[in-house]
Amino acid sequence: MADVLQILPQQLVFGLALGTVYGLIALGYTMVYGVLLMINFAHGEIFMIGAYVGWGVLTALLNAQVGGLHPAWVVPLLLLHAMLVAGLLGVCLERFAYRPLYLRGATRLGPLISAVGASIFLQNAVMVTQGARMKVYMTSLLFPRGWRIQVAGASISALVIVMIMVAGLMMWGLHELVQRTTLGRSIRAVAEDRETAAIMGVNVRRVIAVTFFLGSALGGAAGVLVGLYYTQIDFYMGYSAGLKAFTAAVLGGIGNIKGAMLGGLVLGLVESLAVTFGNPAYKDVVAFIILILTLVFRPTGILGENVAEREKV
Amino acid sequence: MAPPGWLRWVAWALGLAAVVGPLLAPNDYWIGVMARICLYATLALGLNVVVGFAGLLDLGYVAFFGIGSYVYAFLASGHFGLHLPFFVVVPIVVVATAVSGLLIGAPTLRLRGDYLAIVTLGFGEITYLLLINLDRPVNITGGPSGIIGIDPPALAGFTLSRNTEYYYLFLAALALALIASVRLRHSRVGWAWQAIREDELAAKTMGINTTVAKLQAFAMGASFAGVGGSFLASWQRSVFPENFLFTESINILAMVILGGTGNLLGVVVGATLLVTLPEVFRDFQRYRLLVFGLMLMVLMVVRPQGLLVTDGRREEQEDQAV
Amino acid sequence: MLRLTDVVTHYGPIRVLKAVTLEVRAGEIVCLLGGNASGKSTTMKTILGVVRPTAGRVEFEDRRIDRLPTEAIVRRGVSLVPESRRIFARMTVWENLAMGAFTRQKAPAGELAEDFERVYTLFPRLSERQHQLGGTLSGGEQQMLAVGRALMARPRLLLMDEPSMGLAPALVDQVFDIIQTINRQGTTILVVEQNAAVALSIANRGYVLQNGRIVVHDTARALLAADHIRRAYLGED
Repeated sequence: MADVLQILPQQLVFGLALGTVYGLIALGYTMVYGVLLMINFAHGEIFMIGAYVGWGVLTALLNAQVGGLHPAWVVPLLLLHAMLVAGLLGVCLERFAYRPLYLRGATRLGPLISAVGASIFLQNAVMVTQGARMKVYMTSLLFPRGWRIQVAGASISALVIVMIMVAGLMMWGLHELVQRTTLGRSIRAVAEDRETAAIMGVNVRRVIAVTFFLGSALGGAAGVLVGLYYTQIDFYMGYSAGLKAFTAAVLGGIGNIKGAMLGGLVLGLVESLAVTFGNPAYKDVVAFIILILTLVFRPTGILGENVAEREKV
Repeated sequence: MAPPGWLRWVAWALGLAAVVGPLLAPNDYWIGVMARICLYATLALGLNVVVGFAGLLDLGYVAFFGIGSYVYAFLASGHFGLHLPFFVVVPIVVVATAVSGLLIGAPTLRLRGDYLAIVTLGFGEITYLLLINLDRPVNITGGPSGIIGIDPPALAGFTLSRNTEYYYLFLAALALALIASVRLRHSRVGWAWQAIREDELAAKTMGINTTVAKLQAFAMGASFAGVGGSFLASWQRSVFPENFLFTESINILAMVILGGTGNLLGVVVGATLLVTLPEVFRDFQRYRLLVFGLMLMVLMVVRPQGLLVTDGRREEQEDQAV
Repeated sequence: MLRLTDVVTHYGPIRVLKAVTLEVRAGEIVCLLGGNASGKSTTMKTILGVVRPTAGRVEFEDRRIDRLPTEAIVRRGVSLVPESRRIFARMTVWENLAMGAFTRQKAPAGELAEDFERVYTLFPRLSERQHQLGGTLSGGEQQMLAVGRALMARPRLLLMDEPSMGLAPALVDQVFDIIQTINRQGTTILVVEQNAAVALSIANRGYVLQNGRIVVHDTARALLAADHIRRAYLGED
């Protein structure tokens, strides 16, 4: 037990870092669900592709033997590329796999099946083109092992601080965008009442596409952060990360942006505690049980609104 | 529209082809492929009860397949030293999977369709994680190395060993599954399922107990998987957690959707295609899931009703044919 | 200003508007009457391009608009106060009004401030509740907000779908007073109403829609006087 308590602070920091990343991915689910009432099952794969793009850029930099690799410019560069590719991919998905369905008025299982198809397609497209073996992020060349600080018995690496800061900054930025700008207002208007938004002159299709771009870009950024942190990525990583982030979105209240961040943090902490005190083999089970319990006992999530009320489209 | 007797003749022709199939097969390997078609068609028909009849998207159907296989393995292998006869074990397995269907369904069925889908997926994952981890602290499932040395089916002293024998066993089960599907569709609960699929609220106002009807769909679909699981375990003579991955759920779902959700003949055609294609194209295995994913997307966008259209008149003909 | 010629609109396979022909001249208040499911709301949505007509033409200020996206029609100066108000309940009053000005993002800030001022002068209550969520307003306040939101687009033609629905009688009069005020300030109005007596009392002309066709068309005064109209739409036996 004493051992466990000794590693507890470390685990909490780990949970915090994990939680901000889950929150970042969860935002993509929650935003898309907000405007389309649809679970974008392929979002986990967009996250995975973000990780691959970041890996590609980092590896290219290393191969080109660019001198003076410093995280201050390399990390933003990786994020930018990953976010752009992931965002555009999200827009393509929306355009070709979901829009024909929602224009036809299909609201039930069609869009979800299409999204499952997209998820499997993207996963295997990466597997076929990049190979099934995992790729390695050379994080140690970017963040030397010595870069860490000691806080309350926990040793926190510079990378973890960067992760939490980047994720926090992006969440704050998104929140400001949605609350304070005209674009943000039109996203909220479409989420609340698509037809009335159209009556105001909002181009609903464009807003939906932009929502996909934003959510997917955040997912792509999360991919880079996870890649840097775990240093190993593979084509399958989006599946469980996606499910956990979806759990975070549901836990916080799907459709609710603050809820996604909160849900991510809670899930990250619970998972790190489960690993500390329980059997690590079952850490994925914890997320699923939280998901099921939330859906059964409080489907609106911690901050959510009534889901049933929003069933109309 | 084809004349009323048309489909009946096609069904007879297909049935005849199925019966004489092994005589025409080039070798034993292809008889095995045919047996797999029957096995998967039976599973797909079970999933079709849930997805096609009741309109509930189940993304974790493989869990029932896995539970069925493992329960069979527990009762008919050296793992626990139990060697119960095949025709005792199969009914037990069917009951066990039906009960597991109820257990999974009960807490989640009042959820909206898309949430239900994700929760079933979660249950599928949990089942897999349990299968692979429950070898410690007490060895129940055999962990990653699974259970081997499972008894083959034996009937009145005759033990099945050749693929041809398994093929006829599986074909008989498939025929039963088809008949059961047709009967279910026109039973009281079948109409309730259809009403729920079209409009759950309306179904409720008609006095249908939608929770009970959905549970029945889950239990029924799961019991088909119980039969399939028993067959897999007894044919493979071994079971491993890797047999029951998420991709297997998608594989079976693709069979249902390809043929046209709810369309029985379509489901069988879907199973035939998706089992045969990887055999015909050697390289296909690598691209199999890539193609499935693309297929699911394209079908939903272009032809959501599946390759074979189902409508009222077609269903009638199909029923006459079966 | 607005002219509909033989407009046909389908919802799926159902033909909702069979042949609607009507005209609204600049400066007028025109009232569209009709029973339930006669196609009144569909007419409004067709004008604004929310649903597309399958035949016929819609012209606004002598230009065809029936192929334009809603966005472009709003930009040309048509806005709609939708049936049952459709306030954004999770947005503040101010944000609701800002949504009304969505198509005028490039307008100078001073101009927008003027528009807010105009709405707040018409509806002082909205000014008091600027920062409150739309969903917390009373029915009457929501109606004011819906009208104010439509005015934020600076429409030359204002379409109003059942503005009196669900309001107490005293509020109904107030709403129609405001409609008249808006009209005097230079906005042409096409109003759909169940409450025909009140609507006709402020209108210049009226059309009666039945089963997707215009069946009667006359001045408001004549419609108010006609026996069969009184029986059918004014609730008198």
